[in-house]
Amino acid sequence: MASLKDLRGRINSVKSTRKITQAMKMVAAAKLRRAQAQAEAARPYAERMESILASLGSAVANMPGAPRMLVGTGADKVHLLVVVTADRGLAGPFNTQVGRLARARVRALEAEGKQVKILTVGRKGAAFLKREFASRVVSEVSYATKKRVGFEDAEAVALTIAEMLDQGAFDVCSLVYNRFRNVISQVPTEQRLIPAPLPEGGAVTTSGPQAQYEYEPTEEEILATLLPRNLAIQLYRAILESAAGEHGARMTAMDNATRNAGEMINKLTLNYNRTRQANITKELIEIISGAEAV
Amino acid sequence: MATFLLELVSPEKLLLSRQVEMATIPAVEGEMGVLAGHAPMIVALKGGIIRVRENGAETEKLFVAGGFAEVSPERVTILADEVTPLPQLSRADSERKLAEAETALGTVAATDAPEKRDAALIRVLSAKAAVDAAEAA
Repeated sequence: MASLKDLRGRINSVKSTRKITQAMKMVAAAKLRRAQAQAEAARPYAERMESILASLGSAVANMPGAPRMLVGTGADKVHLLVVVTADRGLAGPFNTQVGRLARARVRALEAEGKQVKILTVGRKGAAFLKREFASRVVSEVSYATKKRVGFEDAEAVALTIAEMLDQGAFDVCSLVYNRFRNVISQVPTEQRLIPAPLPEGGAVTTSGPQAQYEYEPTEEEILATLLPRNLAIQLYRAILESAAGEHGARMTAMDNATRNAGEMINKLTLNYNRTRQANITKELIEIISGAEAV
Repeated sequence: MATFLLELVSPEKLLLSRQVEMATIPAVEGEMGVLAGHAPMIVALKGGIIRVRENGAETEKLFVAGGFAEVSPERVTILADEVTPLPQLSRADSERKLAEAETALGTVAATDAPEKRDAALIRVLSAKAAVDAAEAA
């Protein structure tokens, strides 16, 4: 049986762990609020962008020589997976669940005989996927040193992707990230980026009077600048949602950890008191039996 | 006077959403003034100043570095790359950006894709517009 001193040591160490997890929970809650506000602020732009793209895209998609970013290369051989995770751990299953989804996708695609390339955003995803697919990782981005991720960061990633597309380095590009559903639930999601998914029923909107837009300059020229922006905004949205999800996941994880630590302390304290009492009883018995023997 | 809904959004936030009488926006093919009931259009923007008119007076001036605008009879949505209210546009800042853009243009080789050259050129022009706007303010 553990001695009193050992027990005291353990209780103290669990107590200081609880202090840390509690502090991390508070920090995550504060950061979550900020990240959520940032994600919400980005939403209007993404929505308006989508509606413009929908009206433009359905008009241009059927033309010959439509931009590659809209219709793809026509082939389906090389897939680029953009995997968005956090830079830090201790957030419960947050990073692993994206990693698992990405791993399943890579395996499925390779089983179909397709080539896969991986671009990771966030350190944790890179570490996870490199264990198995080191040869497929073409590029990795991390914002670990940044305090706040801005739109220009997402734009830089989008630029890399656009350049790869120009060089014909891939045919299809998808994004894998944690969609922020609410504070306690993040859903690992796959979203196609290239070819751009046009909303169903695009043909319906073109018949309405709303869709008869004039374009200045031409549709093609507008699309040529609009598509890279759309790519950037999609990435930006995914990064922000993932950031909000990360803090949410960490908050939940740390809340659980704090509760577990509390339970552990109770158990250890009970054990400690019992041992202490047993020791006293033992000593008393020793004294009494000693006195009786005299 | 008839009004329409003007919405100005940047990737980072929704900056403006209210009824106005007129908006002047810097389209790539020249400035255009939009009143209520304008024909539906989608236009690309260059670097320049958006002027907003409400109740018979100019109430706001904002610098945009580029973007798009969707115009319909009862609503105008501007998707701007970067928005700075004119009073907050600093001359030193915009001059620094212009210098950066110019060096970026300098590094584009003649062998590079014309799109790349165009992009660099557009950046320089937009930065120039920012300097001009800051000067005028």
